[in-house]
Amino acid sequence: MPAPILPRRTAARLAVAACLALGAVALPGIPLPLSVAHAAEKGVFFPESFTLANGMQVVVIPNRRVPVVTHMVWYKVGSADEERGVSGIAHFLEHLMFKGTDRLAPGAFSRIVAKNGGRDNAFTSYDYTAYHQNVARDRLELVMSMEADRMANLRLTDAVVDPERDVIIEERRQRVENKPSDRIGELLNATLFVHHPYGTPVIGWPQEMAALTRADAERFYKSWYAPNNAILVVSGDVSAEELKPLAERTYGQIPARAVPERRRVTEPPIRAERRVTLRDAEVRQPMISRQWVAPSYRLDSGGHAYALQVLAEILNGGSTTRLYRTLVVERKLATSVWFSYNPTAWDMGTVSTGAVPAAGVPMERVEEALWGELRALLDQGVTEAEVATARKRMLAAAAYARDSLTGPAQTLGAALATGQSLDDVESWPARIDAVTAEQVNAAARAVLGQSNHVTGLLLPPVGKDG
Amino acid sequence: MRAWSVRGAALALLALTVAIAVPAVSAHAITITKVVSPGGIEAWLVEDHKVPVVALEWAFEGAGARDPAGKEGLANLVAHTLDEGAGPLDSASFQDRLQDSATSLGFSAGRDAFTGSLRSLRDRLDEAVDLARQAMTEPRFDADPVDRVRASVVAGLTREQADPNQLARRLFYRTAFPDHPYGVELRGTADSLGRITADDLRGFVHSQFGRDRLKVTAAGDVTPEALGRALDRLFGALPATSQMAVLPEVSPQGAGETLLLPRPTAQTIILMGQAGVKRSDPDWYAATVMNYVLGGGGFNSRLMEEVREKRGLTYGVYSYLAPMDHAAMVVAGGSTVNAKAGQALAIMRAEWARMADGGVTDQELADAKTYLTGSFPLQLGSTASIAKTLLQVQRDRLGIEYLGQRDRFINAVTADDVRRVAKRLLDPARLLTVLVGRPDGVTPTQTVDEAR
Repeated sequence: MPAPILPRRTAARLAVAACLALGAVALPGIPLPLSVAHAAEKGVFFPESFTLANGMQVVVIPNRRVPVVTHMVWYKVGSADEERGVSGIAHFLEHLMFKGTDRLAPGAFSRIVAKNGGRDNAFTSYDYTAYHQNVARDRLELVMSMEADRMANLRLTDAVVDPERDVIIEERRQRVENKPSDRIGELLNATLFVHHPYGTPVIGWPQEMAALTRADAERFYKSWYAPNNAILVVSGDVSAEELKPLAERTYGQIPARAVPERRRVTEPPIRAERRVTLRDAEVRQPMISRQWVAPSYRLDSGGHAYALQVLAEILNGGSTTRLYRTLVVERKLATSVWFSYNPTAWDMGTVSTGAVPAAGVPMERVEEALWGELRALLDQGVTEAEVATARKRMLAAAAYARDSLTGPAQTLGAALATGQSLDDVESWPARIDAVTAEQVNAAARAVLGQSNHVTGLLLPPVGKDG
Repeated sequence: MRAWSVRGAALALLALTVAIAVPAVSAHAITITKVVSPGGIEAWLVEDHKVPVVALEWAFEGAGARDPAGKEGLANLVAHTLDEGAGPLDSASFQDRLQDSATSLGFSAGRDAFTGSLRSLRDRLDEAVDLARQAMTEPRFDADPVDRVRASVVAGLTREQADPNQLARRLFYRTAFPDHPYGVELRGTADSLGRITADDLRGFVHSQFGRDRLKVTAAGDVTPEALGRALDRLFGALPATSQMAVLPEVSPQGAGETLLLPRPTAQTIILMGQAGVKRSDPDWYAATVMNYVLGGGGFNSRLMEEVREKRGLTYGVYSYLAPMDHAAMVVAGGSTVNAKAGQALAIMRAEWARMADGGVTDQELADAKTYLTGSFPLQLGSTASIAKTLLQVQRDRLGIEYLGQRDRFINAVTADDVRRVAKRLLDPARLLTVLVGRPDGVTPTQTVDEAR
């Protein structure tokens, strides 16, 4: 499953939040979030970077189209860093960060941003937690001061913590529990990762969420929220030279503190296929999916991360590519089909594929056809021509990456928080351009050839054409 | 020319000791140029050569989903099949050409307009424009791809039968606008889609895509001269006139009704609303301020404060203005655990009444104004979003000077204006309310059996 990103409020009416979500999450049917590029040479976003004396990394992506900026602070901590028993605490703390400091009353943060013509929000994932505001450039120091303030001076009371716990429980109901198609995603993840915390939902398990306390949140905050564990990313009408004195006056005033190592457990060797079947009377549209554990950018001993992106483009890149052409266009077995790869993770990445059967087509036939396509891929491999076309399309489309205020900040923040360097991101075009058919085939075998995958089936109750 | 001046004085700055002294910057201007092509087609352009990307946005006004009875979903099916083959190119070849030229081409059938959207790299603009023209003037509508797209639309509709938010939205609008296209699901039904033929699709294209109701905007790495050539190439072959199906004006129905659609969901979805203001209404800006304070302002709205922040009853609660060409609504919605649905609904209605009775405070008015004026440029971060914003300004007939005037319109709103418009619009006794779920503490006026 793609890494869920939980924004602090619903994205439906918030363009900014929606953009962020799409930038980081590989949704079925939507091409993978590219780490993006411009031409097959070095350079995508052309960021500037420096580090404050307290160890906080600062990245600036100048974009002078309109006098506004996106200001983001990324903490290198997420739900996968939680202790056992307090699942959801990273996300709960993210909500509570809006509940006041020594100097700011609960709720005042967002109110002040809005009064100043800005928009703010925050989100949590497995490996990072980020807070962001879009404001006019002359309000940049205001939001930097407030963000720095809550990095060090959060003050919580039970009076604000208790109703917010109900809010995250409602959030879980809204995101996960209203629809079976959302519930199965959570179950698949929990089955794919049997030991690693990626198997625990970012929002938390309901029985543990109900018991989260102010003390749990404060402990997590004191452990992880420090300037030396944070990255400042500013995109828009500002240069590093202009930003530096502001950063020194705000974040630079907070002393560095010792922060725990990110010590994550690893997965045991698993040599079994697993199958999750969810039957529910509310299922109107059956669905099948399969997931594999895959390399991430950071943990990629076989060197497959870029080849897997090319593979995803070949399989999923558009309506003329392999899976869509055969399963939807030619054989008419499915109405939609997807294949995605997410390499942006501190630990393992994931590969996911799936399909929605066409009306009247039994699930068994779709399943057989989908695995048949993947077997054919492993047997025969992709051709150099397919790889060349995919590379060309990826590089051409990547020219759009810089054409955004929030997108570049989102991409760079997520990359840095999961262990990539700016150089890695800026080298993306060159690395994609160097991928060969042989590498794509080796990567496909390394991931899709494993038998430790999880298959998910979403079906109506037995007897109701399941 | 059009500059958003960055506001001078910071308003209401908390107890934080924050210096807002930032290096002096002049607000960067966004200049809109009116371009008229050699062939007489007009467009607004924001030229910007920083990124080698060009965005074009256009609308055929009044050509939205006003489908003939029994063929609901026609306009939407056209929108999704125009790029499935055109001229000599079959579906696969057409899609290949789009991808190889890194062109993004999309069409959409809205309530009141049929829109098109093209995003291209500067060096591939000619190719992109040729593909877009072919899609609009020589679509093939081959049986295979049309059937495939039709099946995909039906699949989406089928999936939504278990989506409580979609069920609430549909029940709400079909109750508010019975016997009017605004109340009809614009993607149609499996039955109506099954009746649509290739001739119907062609008939739509030939009758609806005329230059007489075309509005075009552009942004990005293109000069006025190059844009002029592109406009003729893209739209020059379209007929000069089209057939307009004029819709009747309509007022929302269902006043005072509370409809319940029972579903086995964890939460109850709430949607409620009544007649609002059209974009052309003189009270538009006052209503915009009212809505911001009521439920449009995210965390800072009254609904969010009362339902979420104080009581933890919801993750999201909101309100919005829904202006259409021939009707308008003001709507609020949210979701909450079934056991507390009655409480949440009562609070939402109480806030509706409080706004109707007293309007907004001076502080709320001031805060709304600084947000609504200050946040506007935030939506101009990409080439496509600039072109989309301009298209909306054109469609709303606000004039090419509008971006420079907008702050003034908002700042002119008084607390009395908001009181007047709130009293005129908001009446809790006449709300249409729709609930989907298993709510406790609510007595519906009608229980609806199954989603249509």
